[in-house]
Amino acid sequence: MTGKATTPAPMTPVPVPQPESDRYWEGLRRSEIWVRRCEGCGKPYFYPRDICPHCASAKTQWFRASGRGVIHTYAIVHRAPHPGFGDKVPYVVAIVELEEGVRVPTNIVGVEPEPTKIKIGSRVVPVFEKLTDTITLLKFKPA
Amino acid sequence: MPVESSLARISGKASIVGVAESDEIGKVPNKSPLQHHAEAARNALEDAGLKLSDVDGFLTAGYNGYDVAEYLGIQPRYTDSTSVGGSSFVIHLAHALAAINAGYCEVALITHGQAGRSDRARPGPNPGLPAAQYESPHGIMGPPITYALACNRYLHQYGEDRTRQAMAEIAVSTRKWANLNPKAYMQAEKMTFDDYHDSRWIAWPFHLLDCCLVTDAGAAIVVTSASRARDTKKNPIRILGVGEGHDHSMISQMPDLTSAFGRNTGPQAMKMAGVGHGDFDLTMIYDSFTYTVLVTLENLGFCKPGEAADFVAGQRTAPGGNFPLNTSGGGLSYTHPGMYGIFLIVEAVRQLRNECGDRQVADCRLALVHGTGGSLSSTGTTVLGRA
Repeated sequence: MTGKATTPAPMTPVPVPQPESDRYWEGLRRSEIWVRRCEGCGKPYFYPRDICPHCASAKTQWFRASGRGVIHTYAIVHRAPHPGFGDKVPYVVAIVELEEGVRVPTNIVGVEPEPTKIKIGSRVVPVFEKLTDTITLLKFKPA
Repeated sequence: MPVESSLARISGKASIVGVAESDEIGKVPNKSPLQHHAEAARNALEDAGLKLSDVDGFLTAGYNGYDVAEYLGIQPRYTDSTSVGGSSFVIHLAHALAAINAGYCEVALITHGQAGRSDRARPGPNPGLPAAQYESPHGIMGPPITYALACNRYLHQYGEDRTRQAMAEIAVSTRKWANLNPKAYMQAEKMTFDDYHDSRWIAWPFHLLDCCLVTDAGAAIVVTSASRARDTKKNPIRILGVGEGHDHSMISQMPDLTSAFGRNTGPQAMKMAGVGHGDFDLTMIYDSFTYTVLVTLENLGFCKPGEAADFVAGQRTAPGGNFPLNTSGGGLSYTHPGMYGIFLIVEAVRQLRNECGDRQVADCRLALVHGTGGSLSSTGTTVLGRA
């Protein structure tokens, strides 16, 4: 052994897909956004689960969303909530409303993390950011 | 839906007869969370003039009930570990009222203990929960960030500058109350409006001084039947109205970011008690953040949506103002170990008993207590009155 031991940079939290969400995460790996809609009441919903949270119907289907949306709200994180984000602050967290009618928690990238540069209601498009070999995160940038 | 006539029948039919904090609160590196539970339990029973062996109902949050009850050495016949964040303990008051009136128990003990600052063991989140899949990987973790997301939507809807001023009003007025409370973590620290505006960003739109403290503390409450309350040491404080519930867990699932569940629990508790907004001598609202107070005042109906900035203007909520709010110094400046709700009740009871010294609200007879938990997820409201 030569040199000194290095401590790997702490990792941000990695999602653990559940049986009902595997298809969502497989979709993101291919740069596709798959969400669910109820065949009973017709309403879309996020996050994926087998039973509709609007009407409890078990008849639900996956459909591919366009990825176009608007910023419903955002915040700018200056104090890292977890060691994995220590070298990422300041960063922008947000809730984006997709044009299909569901809201997703996410990050806005490709903008200066300044309140004057980011507007609620402004249009965004998806960015697929590979986190690990199996996990890709859905983020957004200004349209 | 809650049955109003049934609720009205138990209004006032149980009383708080003991309240206390743990022996030391603030920065307490040499004590575990369970020690805070135990000290507070002993102190609250002493305050009531009751013994551990009198307790037959036990309620706690953050732990399974049997973990804390075993540590304390009690074997309850009614147990409730309802754990929905910082509102839990206000909700426990409702459950104690119901349990006592149903005959499940006669003396209910509610405890809390948390070493938010000094805990040696910090459990991580359950990686299978939706929050761990969909929010945490984006760095949406913890109340400063989730509440900031809600707050910014409010700023967008109702105006940034006027809301910012209102957030400063709450930070400064709450600190003034803390300056009058010997147990407050910030008792010796004054705060000016400039201090507020100059404090660093934690998660924009929140400055450091928008955020509650992180402390080590415990508290406990003893509740008993109206008849048994007559034999306790101090004036019993009656539980007149209650309401509880939640409408989401993750902030990204909140149906309307500017409307928390207090829109339901506030009116229910007030109706059950037969009182209105103008009747309260004291209002205790969970101040996890300055913003939480503003949106809660609106949700509870003290003012209309978007009008909280006018409602709190001019230090109306400070000592000497005509709307005494969070007179302990709140989570912002007194103590906040993680799930603060129980401390709202401790202060309300002390005010209603006229025990608050320099910060005593004159002729305090009726108080509203409102807890919020999670990411504006759960709320519990209660109306407390002097017998």
